Formats: sequence, structure tokens, C-alpha cells
Amino acid sequence: MAHATGTSLRTDPNEHLSIEEVEAREKDRRARHRSYDRIAAVLYPVATMVGIIVLWEVVVRAFDIPSFLAPPPSQVVATIIEHGPLVLRNTWVTTVEILLGYLTSIVIGVPLAFGIFMWPAFSRIVLPLLISSQAIPKVAIAPLLLVWFGFGLLPKVLVAFLIAFFPIVISTAVGLASIEPEKIYLARSMGLGATATFFKIRLPNALPSIFAGLKISITLAVVGAVVGEFVGGEAGLGYMLMVANGSMDTPLLFAGLIALTIQGVVLYALVEWAERLAIPRRPAAATAALHAATG
Amino acid sequence: MASIAMEMETVANGAARSAPDEPPYLEFRDLSKIYATDDGPVRALEGISISQRKREFLSILGPSGCGKSTLLMIAAGLLPASHGQVSVQGQRIGAPRTDVGIVFQNPVLLEWRTALGNIMLQAEARKLDRAAAERRAHELLDSVGLQGFEHKFPDQLSGGMRQRVSICRALIHNPPQLLMDEPFGALDALTRDQLVLDIQRIWNEARMTVLFITHSVPEAVFLSDRVIVMTPRPGRIDQVIDIDLPRPRTLAMRETPEFTGYNRRILDLLLARGVLRER
Repeated sequence: MAHATGTSLRTDPNEHLSIEEVEAREKDRRARHRSYDRIAAVLYPVATMVGIIVLWEVVVRAFDIPSFLAPPPSQVVATIIEHGPLVLRNTWVTTVEILLGYLTSIVIGVPLAFGIFMWPAFSRIVLPLLISSQAIPKVAIAPLLLVWFGFGLLPKVLVAFLIAFFPIVISTAVGLASIEPEKIYLARSMGLGATATFFKIRLPNALPSIFAGLKISITLAVVGAVVGEFVGGEAGLGYMLMVANGSMDTPLLFAGLIALTIQGVVLYALVEWAERLAIPRRPAAATAALHAATG
Repeated sequence: MASIAMEMETVANGAARSAPDEPPYLEFRDLSKIYATDDGPVRALEGISISQRKREFLSILGPSGCGKSTLLMIAAGLLPASHGQVSVQGQRIGAPRTDVGIVFQNPVLLEWRTALGNIMLQAEARKLDRAAAERRAHELLDSVGLQGFEHKFPDQLSGGMRQRVSICRALIHNPPQLLMDEPFGALDALTRDQLVLDIQRIWNEARMTVLFITHSVPEAVFLSDRVIVMTPRPGRIDQVIDIDLPRPRTLAMRETPEFTGYNRRILDLLLARGVLRER
């Protein structure tokens, strides 16, 4: 048995087990492997983060780096605690801008994609406009929006919307169009009407693609809102970053970055949660691909 | 009139050998189909005339690309013919037919619905009584050996099981005509054998008119009352072969001289047309 290496080394060649005993052992092995995987999925990233933070603290202290260049994590934490209400207030402002912009991009983007899919003439009119509008950097439009709409909430919502809605339009239109033709043939042979075919077959079929766009867009909406605040804000995390930067308050800058990161992750997780609700059964291929990608 | 027809059917072993002057159920008359492609027009079908009797199991056999799937799509009213006409019980068809059950080569199940849910789509679309349809769906699933798999999703089923679900979906509304496009083409040999037996039993019980597209000679001979052999592209009718074997047919029958004789006849035809080459 020259090839009997690796896993078979663990079993004693002389033992004689009944098939039930082997079964029980394999079941046990699988359960242990699974619980290990679950722990590892949490432990590895946490350990990595903690390691980086500790290393950062040590390096900053060891080389005596001034805190306006790189504050030690302990000081950032102290700042967050000290300025807690300020950070929270600004986070709330930015969150409102992001959500308004994001929801607007869904409310406008999804029906627009339906139109593009259903009426070829409409798509010929709208698509070139859409694509050229995407070629304009949003940062460049932000000052114009400021001139038009002032310093309030609206221009930030608009930048978030403008940046977030394009992926939603494209992924929805692509999702609606990519379907096996046989599914539609079957629907016709069943006498299923156009509306019912859309809602029972085409739309659910497009959901994975739509959610791919929604997940890209939520991260873009965060960027849009912060850019809006950079250009002309009076509140929000982007504004807070500008102020901290202007007064060389690097610990507060880091506090703002951390708040933005947590906010982005939470919002993304919310969209993923909505996806799981909408598509309880992800196609096996997608799950497998995700597992391969995430280990 | 009806009683005479029924009597004749019983006499003829239940097969569709009723009076020759009985109007055909499905009729293609001088049908042609041309596809316009970037490389110029392609003749898929040319001068096809077929009359299918009611309750007949008719197979269309031919090499890949002979237009047999196109023929099924036209029979279902899902594709228009370029020339000629198709009629069902004397009525020309101009829109997708809803009096059919269709089975494609791929099961074409909705991934987000269970086996039962996929079958029930047909019932929902036709607004059938839900409870009765569900009972019928369970019966059908049982009859193809899928009891206990009602609530499994397509990705939890094997290829053969998925195709069985798609067959159940095509039958739940008791359609007068079943259209099957190489339904076993993607399955392994044993699963094919089982499904062929299942289809024979289902047809024997329900006696719907079946149009069966295949490229398997033994399958066509085993199941059919008549086999229409097509030529390579452009698809024309080469020969029409009556299969005069007793029913129900059994797996053992495949070794009988009568059965192998039919196989031989069709293979010789395919050899003569260059579809198969022995050297």
C-alpha cells in the first residue's frame, strides 16, 4: 500500500471495526472538523486584528513617533471615549445621508432597469446617458451640487445616490435578461401571463444578480456621502475628518476612520442579511464559489 | 360514433391504429423553417408533412442539428414556421399552445422552489384547485419513485430525479399532448432505462398523444407506435417506420429478433445517409 499515506496513517491497520463504528467515527470526525472551522472563522481574523493593533502600539512607543503622525491605538480609544457623543452624532448624520441616497438609488435604479429590460427603445435612449453620466467623476459634480442645493442634507444624499445607483441599474438589467429561454417557454405553455411570468419566474431568477449590485452599491453610497461632506458639510463623519485634519488632531481622524469602517461593515452586513431573507436558498454553485473564495 | 372508435382501439391493442380516415390530432403540412443567421439563411426543416393520430406515441429520430427540436418548438406554438402550417384537431395554431406538457432535455426547474413547488407552478399558472393539484402532484411523484423528496430543492436532487420532477410538472394538468425534447439525453444509461419504463407506464395509463424527440434508436423503437427518421440538415422526413411490437414492452424484449430488426433497419438508414460511418 504505497499510496496509503496521509489520512490513513491515523487508523490502525490491525483494528477491526464494524461499519457502524466506522460510521460513528467518521461522523464524529466531521463534527469536530466543523466546530474547528467555526471557531477558526472567528479566531483567525480577530487574532490578526489584535496582533496588528499590539504591533502598532509597540512600534509607535518604541520609536517615539509623534501622535500627529501616528497615534497609538490606546490614544485613539481614549479619543473615541472622550469624544464619544460627537463621533456618534456625526455617524448618525452620515448614516442618514447614506441610507437616503441608497434607498433613492434602489427606488429609481430598479424600475429604471425594468424599463431598460422591457423596452428596447427606452434602453437605447437611457443607456448612453447613464453610461456617460458615470464617466463624470462624482467628486467633480459635488461642488456643482453644492452651488445648486446649498450646504444641507440634499447634496450629500444626491452624491451618494449618483454614485450608488449605476451598479443597481446594470446588475438588475443583466439579471432580468439572463435567464434560460426554456423557463420562459415553459411559462408560455402553462398560459402564465406576462405579469405573473415576471414576478414568479424572471424576478426571482434575477435576485442573485440584483443583490450583487446592491452589495456593491452600499459601499459606494458610503463613499458618496463622505465625499459630499468633504466638499461642503457642516456635520457628519466626512466633515469631522476634515476638521480633525485641519487641526492636526490625528487621534480624532483615526476615531472617524474607525467609525466609518464599522458603519460600512454594519451596512454591508444588513444588505447581506436582506439577501439571505430574499434568497433563502443560494444556488449551490454560488455557495461553493463563496466557500472557495473565503476558505 | 365514439363507442365505435373506442371499440376499434381496443381491438387494435389499445394503440393508435384507429380508422385511417380519423382526422389527425397534430398535423404538419409542408412545413419549413429557415433561420436567418449572420452567415446567411440556414434551412432547419424542409417540406415536413406529418399526421399524428390521437393517443399515438410518435418519435422523431435524427442526428444533432436536423431540426427536430425546432419541430417540437413549432408543434408547441413557441416558434413560428417559415412556411407551411401546423394544426391541432383541425385548428391552425398561431400562439403558444397551453394544452400541452413539455419536457426539455434539461429539467428547467426553478432553483428557489421545491420539487413539489416546481410541479405546482403548472397548477398555479392554470389556476387549478390547489388541494386537488397537490394530491395529484404527490401521486405523480410517487409514481416516478420520488416519494419523500417533495420538499427537496433542485440542487439536492440528482439529474435523473430533477428530470422526473420536470416530467411530473408536465403531467399534473393531464394534458392531451405531451411534447418531449430528448428528455433523457443528459442522463446515465440505467436512469434512462428506468425513465423509459416510467414513461411507457404513464403513457399506457393516461394515453395522451406523445411527440418524442430523440437521437436514441432503441429508445425510439421501445416507446413508439411510429418512428420518423429525419435526414441530416436540412431536416427532411427520410422514412416513417411503424413499430409493430406488443405492449407493454419489456426490457427483455429488446433482445428479440423483432426489436433488433427495427433497430437494424433504422441504423442501416442512418448508415446509408452518412449519419453513421463504420469505417
